Amino acid sequence: MTTAPTPMRLLKDIDEPGLATREVYERLGGYAAMRRAVTEMEPDEVLSDISESDVRGRGGAGFAMGKKAGFIPKGDMDKYLVCNADESEPGAFKDRVLIQRNPHLLVEGCIIGARAIGANKAFIYIRGEYELQGDILEAAVAEAYAAGYLGRDILDAGFDLDLVVHRGAGAYICGEETGLLDSLEGKRGNPRLKPPFPANAGLYQGPTLINNVETLCNVPLVIGMGVEAYREVGSDQSKGTKVVSVSGNVKRPGNYEVALGTPIREIVYELAGGPLEGREIKCFFPGGSSAPVLTGDEGLDLAYDFETMAAAGSMLGSGSIIVVDDAQPLVPLALRLAHFYRHESCGKCTPCREGTNWTVKMLERVDSGEATPMDLELLQQVQTNIEGNCLCVLGDSMAMPIGSMLVKFRAEFEQHAERARMRNDAALVEQPAPELAATPQVGPA
Amino acid sequence: MSARQPNGSIRGERPLVADRLVGLDHQIASGKPSVAGGWDLPADLDKDPAVIPQLADVRVPPELKADIEYRMSLYPDARSAVIPALRAAQRHHGYLSTPAMLQVAAVMKVTPAYLSSIASFYDMLNEEPRGRHYVYVCTSVSCHLSNAKAVYEAIVEAAEEAELGDTDIREFECLGACDMQPMASVDGRYVGPLDVSDAPAIVAAVREGRKPLPGRGLEDSDHMPPGAGDPPPQEEAPQ
Ligand SMILES: Cc1cc2nc3c(=O)[nH]c(=O)nc-3n(C[C@H](O)[C@H](O)[C@H](O)COP(=O)(O)O)c2cc1C
Ligand code: SF4
Ligand code: FES
Repeated sequence: MTTAPTPMRLLKDIDEPGLATREVYERLGGYAAMRRAVTEMEPDEVLSDISESDVRGRGGAGFAMGKKAGFIPKGDMDKYLVCNADESEPGAFKDRVLIQRNPHLLVEGCIIGARAIGANKAFIYIRGEYELQGDILEAAVAEAYAAGYLGRDILDAGFDLDLVVHRGAGAYICGEETGLLDSLEGKRGNPRLKPPFPANAGLYQGPTLINNVETLCNVPLVIGMGVEAYREVGSDQSKGTKVVSVSGNVKRPGNYEVALGTPIREIVYELAGGPLEGREIKCFFPGGSSAPVLTGDEGLDLAYDFETMAAAGSMLGSGSIIVVDDAQPLVPLALRLAHFYRHESCGKCTPCREGTNWTVKMLERVDSGEATPMDLELLQQVQTNIEGNCLCVLGDSMAMPIGSMLVKFRAEFEQHAERARMRNDAALVEQPAPELAATPQVGPA
Repeated sequence: MSARQPNGSIRGERPLVADRLVGLDHQIASGKPSVAGGWDLPADLDKDPAVIPQLADVRVPPELKADIEYRMSLYPDARSAVIPALRAAQRHHGYLSTPAMLQVAAVMKVTPAYLSSIASFYDMLNEEPRGRHYVYVCTSVSCHLSNAKAVYEAIVEAAEEAELGDTDIREFECLGACDMQPMASVDGRYVGPLDVSDAPAIVAAVREGRKPLPGRGLEDSDHMPPGAGDPPPQEEAPQ
């Protein structure tokens, strides 16, 4: 396989010392796109550039940003731009690097995005655990205010924008866009029933555009390099580059920027170094822990873009690849996964609240040898009953990966349950237990 | 004297206790006791409504008050500042004790119960004293794949041995640094990749108020988690 040189866009200058300061950022051409968008372009032109570039959301759903921004009603009511920097899905850590190293790119993206929809108030909701990144972002925002890029009458163009960095306090569900809005309004982060969608009734019931950090970081690129140049990279329906977070059982976990459509094998083997010595890839999550797993054989030679991942029965999600090698028993992994979703379920709807809880309990039984073969059937049924029946997709985010593991690795689950049961029986008659594949690991209570 | 209640009923016309038990009779008759008995009874309108503590009655440390008021001024609706305000109070008091909640409630003009409903939702807000310092050890999916549980147990053990107090050591969900797997956040400082042998050094640093594992934190300029921001090799052959 030949490697096309990776087009670095978002991570191009990421190692430049001092990039987090306005001085260095501007020396490298930063804020030029913002100047153009604010002083030379009408909001409609900015919006149509974003639409034509086909930037798709990088936060999970892959929805076209231009389309979503186009739903925002015209008129001079209070509108809001909200940047989703809650990044809490296991496997995702791309926004962290962008914020920590290149915060002004995000600030610039927020200014241009707000300009496009006519918002005068913008918020960046950053997860509370990102203390360092929050500090860096706050410093960048302060610099932007001092330079007159935020505040009243920006660049004397008659455009006002306030940008507030809002820190969360530890809740994955606040990454879900309507949960985020409730949290930002000072409530518990329970997702809202949709419709109405945030574009019509979002923050404080006003029209609100919500986008992921990486999505907004693409906006200055679109305006800066022009729609045509932007669209040169990528696959048919997925334009631009993607920062991919690779973690799990690979030699070089990290963030890698690739053109959308790059073969997964290239990302996992060439960039992330492949599995550890002597190991094979058993399966991987192509889009963070919420994505159905693909086996190595199925998935490694696919193109990494939104449509190919969807066609393969999984998803690109936030763009995080978690690699699982053949030394890893899947039951403890599934249990750890289910644990996460049980902990993070907001409890608002029954299939998710109860389903995540029972999934954990049943997986514990499988792991401890108390399960009957019927339990696996039941486990599968619970996943099916969650899918599509919840208020938000957190429930599905557990049901899909666990369901896919149960289907694709049914034999391993059966064996695990059987071995554990035999070990218990052996213990009863005080005989030495047969070796288990690995010690079970259970997450926080 | 009877006062008109918001729901239109008149005080004094409330059902007698005997009437209130009708619901219970019904449960017994059907043989299906309700888990939440009395849910169908009218609200107790004699009970005092929750009150918002008054600033005149609550002594709020001036710097905390100024901090909360500043945060309230940032939002079109001041209530948006609830989480930042609770975080500020937690920093000030160590945890969200009753006085801390009363102070935030008085400044923000909400009930303490409302604040409690928020504090109980978020992992980083503590209504119980868990310690002024924290060590969140990530044992989520990617870290789990690198044996994070053993690291967590080693840290707990080292902390017990050293009798480390005032520190909230717990397993945490993905902290967004899987490239440092397995990792931990020590009072916000991300360190990793960790090994069980790092546990005593982390505990010692927390106890002495030092930065743990110099050179191995995310913000250390000389340290990069493997791969983070590495220029991807351009012409490397597949391995
Ligand atoms: C449970 C759950 C958690 C989510 N967490 C995040 C997150 O941490 N960051 C994010 O950008 N999007 C997250 N999303 C997706 C958001 O709901 C939303 O689709 C996204 O912020 C839209 O931005 P985009 O169009 O730029 O991708 C989450 C969704 C769900 C259901
Ligand atoms: S699916 Fe789960 S997280 Fe989402 S609203 Fe329902 S209970 Fe809450
Ligand atoms: S799983 Fe541990 S930091 Fe992501």
